[in-house]
Amino acid sequence: MAYNFAFLDEDTKRMLRRALLKAVAIPGYQVPFGSREMPLPYGWGTGGIQVTAALLGPDDVLKVIDQGADDTTNAVNIRRFFSRVAGVATTEHTADATLIQTRHRIPETSLREDQILVFQVPEPEPLRTLEPREAETRTLHALADYGLMHVKLYEDIAQYGHIATSYDYPVLVDGRFLTSPSPIPKFDNPKLDRSPALMLFGAGREKRLYAIPPYTRVESLAFDDHPFEIQRWEQQCELCGSGDSYLDEVVVDDRGTRMFVCSDTDFCSGRRMEAQA
Amino acid sequence: MTAALMLELRDLSKSFQLHHLHDARLNVLRGLDLRLHAGECVALSGPSGAGKSTLLRVIYANYRPTLGAVHVRHGERWLDLAKATPHEVLDVRRHTLGYVSQFLRVIPRVPALDIVAEPLLQAGMDEQQARQRAGDLLRRLNVPERLWPLPPGTFSGGEQQRVNIARGLIARRPVLLLDEPTASLDAQNRNIVAQLLAEARAAGSAVLGIFHDEDMRDRVATRLFPMQTLEAA
Amino acid sequence: MSALLQVRGVSRLYGSRIGCEDVSFDLHPGELLCIVGESGSGKSTLLNTVAAQLAPSSGSVQYRQRHGGWLDVGGLSEADRRRLAREEWGFVTQNPRDGLRLNVSAGANVAERLMALGQRNYRQLRDIARGWLERVEIDPTRIDDAPTSFSGGMQQRLQIARTLVTQPRLVFMDEPTAGLDVSVQARILDLLRRLVNELGLAAVMVTHDLAVARLLAARTMVMQGGRVVETGLTDQILDDPQHPYTQLLVSSVLTT
Repeated sequence: MAYNFAFLDEDTKRMLRRALLKAVAIPGYQVPFGSREMPLPYGWGTGGIQVTAALLGPDDVLKVIDQGADDTTNAVNIRRFFSRVAGVATTEHTADATLIQTRHRIPETSLREDQILVFQVPEPEPLRTLEPREAETRTLHALADYGLMHVKLYEDIAQYGHIATSYDYPVLVDGRFLTSPSPIPKFDNPKLDRSPALMLFGAGREKRLYAIPPYTRVESLAFDDHPFEIQRWEQQCELCGSGDSYLDEVVVDDRGTRMFVCSDTDFCSGRRMEAQA
Repeated sequence: MTAALMLELRDLSKSFQLHHLHDARLNVLRGLDLRLHAGECVALSGPSGAGKSTLLRVIYANYRPTLGAVHVRHGERWLDLAKATPHEVLDVRRHTLGYVSQFLRVIPRVPALDIVAEPLLQAGMDEQQARQRAGDLLRRLNVPERLWPLPPGTFSGGEQQRVNIARGLIARRPVLLLDEPTASLDAQNRNIVAQLLAEARAAGSAVLGIFHDEDMRDRVATRLFPMQTLEAA
Repeated sequence: MSALLQVRGVSRLYGSRIGCEDVSFDLHPGELLCIVGESGSGKSTLLNTVAAQLAPSSGSVQYRQRHGGWLDVGGLSEADRRRLAREEWGFVTQNPRDGLRLNVSAGANVAERLMALGQRNYRQLRDIARGWLERVEIDPTRIDDAPTSFSGGMQQRLQIARTLVTQPRLVFMDEPTAGLDVSVQARILDLLRRLVNELGLAAVMVTHDLAVARLLAARTMVMQGGRVVETGLTDQILDDPQHPYTQLLVSSVLTT
């Protein structure tokens, strides 16, 4: 059986592109779309895959990462899927990619205007845990009535002494829409602000798309006396020595020995190669 | 120099229609005329059932008159309370017309001192000063200080009456209506009330009252207004 | 002083059934108006219609805003309705659980309306919340407890704090003490009486209990079968009822 280029039929791509145009026209606004049956179940990145499929052209160079790594099972599977159904070139180098599909991280390497970052999103609605009703959250967004989110942040400080959200930290896009940046660590939130790259978000199960166009203002919510802060480590990456990238804590043996390494594998190997040269 | 006219009743009538007792009609007041001037103390006299309490309540707009007018001098204007809006009546009660009922209406949980201070607080006095003045007046009326923080629900009749009087007299009112203010009081306290009334009159207030005790009435009243029971319709 | 609320000929029908019919009244700043009636009298329908929770079938409700302009409440968009409810009005529901966020702390409940109005300093929000908990006689050390651990009376006092913290110009209350024990009720009524006086609130309160009207309201409206049968000064209505229904109500009340 021969598949259409990038798996989806052209009408489906047209539907997705129209939805994406709407999303770009209204930064941070969740656009409903007709999510298709994909060869992966819900919860495995079907939203991100559909966005990527709608955008890929034969000259694109695709990178796929999962928690920053190119070599996890999910990243490998998705990359292989697209190389089979689209025949596009793939890469592990951020700087060489034209389109990057990511689960739960933004690459450390700064992105450019000619690059697109596609996020896999499990729950597009930042207010969902606070307000279970879809009709109500839609109304809150329409009215820019976001007091509820501040209640949640207040509760965090009251309970933990600080805002306890460490990933999927809510942001206000272009001063208007409250948006979930997907479960990226809050460490990555500053990268959203006025990025030269186009950032697109796809939630397959929830059937929503949204976008942060290039150079859009993105602010992470906070209180005046509890301002937004990113995570920091005392340690540096044991492999490349980086002190300002997001570090994973890895258990290396049965005695509980740990080491800290960059979560972004391409970034880390790039630094190591530079050091050797 | 003639004292200013403060209150004028014209052709005042009051009947009660009891819809659930076969529409029985009780005629209590008919065609009353009365004029009250600043500095006067007019005592309503007459037998029980003559409508003395009813008249005071009609003037205070607690009862609605069936016919006639209740003109009161409110600041620079004259207002007919029989035709005034609730908003206007409340304003008159707040500034011009004071009423000491026969029995203290008890509100749960509110201390006696606060009950007495309330008219001053409503007039804008600061809390400290209002409580101070309330305490002074209660002391003068021989209400012991240990009772001040207590709600008056458990007080004796005489103590309740003195709290009621204090509340009614603490803020100056150009017209004062008093319904049996000394009924439960001993001689000493009746004297004190008589003094308070004299002071109010000297300050220009016009007083209209019912005094069951003839001694008291003779002491405080400058004029009598006799009333009679109407025949039942 | 100019009126804050002007209700003219308001009717609310449910199909052919009358919820309330042809009701008119004015409300001034600092006034508390009680709407009294038994079940089915239309008092709650009237309250909800005036408070913009229901659209009137006919008639008008006009509200004078903080900055002076008059607003036709019946014709508001959802956005404006919510803005009004957030910025200038308050609504105390009969069941405090309908007016609170039960899964969020007492402090967050009180602070929410302030945050919705743009307050962004955590410490200040907390100080204000603590102050209000004290004002409604809730131990301020319970600021981080969820209201699910509060008694019914405490929940209602929390709802009152949550509603009044933004000093709304107009407050609607639907039987705020119904269903509570007598001693608890007394405490809450005393609280409301003091707060209404201190804050100079304008309020419309629905109750079936004449004693509550006597205690709190300078003016009362008596409703029966969807219509206002008598209206005026509370003490006059209760002491000298004119309408047969009012006379029946007043004479039916048990006294201790």
